Amino acid sequence: MTELSDAFVAAFRLVVSLDPALGEIVLRSLQVSLTAVAAASLVALPLGAALALLRFPGRGALTVLVNAMMGLPPVVVGLVVYLLLSRSGPLGVLGLLFTPAAMIVAQTVLILPIVASLARESSEGLWSEYREQLASFGVGPGRAIGTVLWDGRHALATAVLAGFGRASAEVGAVMIVGGNIDHVTRVMTTAIALETSKGDLALALGLGVVLIVISISVNAAIYGLGRSRRREGA
Amino acid sequence: MRTGTDRRRRAFLTGATVAALLAATMTTAGPARAADPYITVASTTSTDNSGLFRDILPKFEARTGIGVRVVAVGTGAALKLGAKGDADVVLVHARAAEDRFVADGFGVDRRDVMYNDYVVVGPKDDPAGIEGMTDAAAAFARIAAKGVPFSSRGDDSGTNKKELQLWQAAGIDPKPHSGTWYFETGSGMGATLNTAAGRGTYALSDRATWLAFRNRAGLAIAVEGDRRLFNPYGVMLVNPAKHGHVKVKEARMFMDWLTGPAGQAAIAAFRPGGRQLFFPNAKNATN
Repeated sequence: MTELSDAFVAAFRLVVSLDPALGEIVLRSLQVSLTAVAAASLVALPLGAALALLRFPGRGALTVLVNAMMGLPPVVVGLVVYLLLSRSGPLGVLGLLFTPAAMIVAQTVLILPIVASLARESSEGLWSEYREQLASFGVGPGRAIGTVLWDGRHALATAVLAGFGRASAEVGAVMIVGGNIDHVTRVMTTAIALETSKGDLALALGLGVVLIVISISVNAAIYGLGRSRRREGA
Repeated sequence: MRTGTDRRRRAFLTGATVAALLAATMTTAGPARAADPYITVASTTSTDNSGLFRDILPKFEARTGIGVRVVAVGTGAALKLGAKGDADVVLVHARAAEDRFVADGFGVDRRDVMYNDYVVVGPKDDPAGIEGMTDAAAAFARIAAKGVPFSSRGDDSGTNKKELQLWQAAGIDPKPHSGTWYFETGSGMGATLNTAAGRGTYALSDRATWLAFRNRAGLAIAVEGDRRLFNPYGVMLVNPAKHGHVKVKEARMFMDWLTGPAGQAAIAAFRPGGRQLFFPNAKNATN
């Protein structure tokens, strides 16, 4: 198992030497995944709350659909986004294929159902508590959704983090629509896949260690932020 | 329940700031780069994984200011990207498929660029007894006769096409044995070599990827030197008559450079570990 120890040495060396190539890839990974999370959350949080609060025909079917889409295979999403963005596809004129924007689109599609589904879950619990009170104040559906989202923000932070986790760990979709182009669309996961295919397993795993550490840092930062907010509020 | 209007406002402001920052990073890192002239080249894993592009492309970019974005996939997939108009230039290694690509009107101006050769690699203890053979088809026949495991790309790449030609020359159809002794990985060269190393199988590899490959485990070259193992690379412009957005001027500058004296010299000068991996053979390189 020398590869495992070599991997930690490689990871340590990458971080300590502040490898500029690594820095660039890490920044691009964060930029792509965080943008996708922001875009997905903007739609998914109100959508999840609306599914919990509103009664409309087809609500059950939509809920089942959103839940089922949580398991969308990344490679299928990548393929569909590729066909849409290809020069021969309907959105080809935009020229977005093999750019970070294409990767953001693919990740947004992937994580939107996850964030929406978890948001619906947490909103449903709060809504059963608040329903009568808000109705007695004569609060409209728009403000009710706002209130439920605001009061459920800690649970929603977890939903958003789950989305971020999925986005930053994903390789199949971004490989297809990004093309893993050096200095343009190479991110952590595609770099790991590339080093694995070159047979440089220690460097690949080293990059993996760095990715996991970043993921832990982002989660710790959100957790810390939530705690300090709560203390401040108390 | 808290109504907390100010707090909600503050949260909204924070959210909006974060969104604005993200949008700012997106625009600075995205379209800002795209504003520079660049071309997209669909090429093969062998040219990219071996480090060739990383070595020679900066020389072209420094001279012309044109960025070259390489999407490295198998030859079959690279030709499909070209056919759909998702690349400006295609650089691959499967002569018959290249000629068909041009005949079908997807590509124009095919030129020879360079060559190297394929090698048959396998476990050092050589269970098929083919080490040192110079007839690749006969070696394949012996592998099949003994039912010794063989890892195939199985991905319609140039290497995969060459391998299937060799099976045909040996008079063997390996497909019925898929899953018994014939493993189709459906992956790139590196991934297939990882499989071969992990399961101790034979495999056909281009020499460049093999020499650059770091996880050889118990593998070594078993067969080389057959004339049929010749591996020529060709470059083509994606037909601008089919895809109007193809960057003809920049793409032609790249093709001219690659097949001209400077590009050919750069290819010959790429010698990782002191070994030349690709041999330039463009027709008009001397003038």
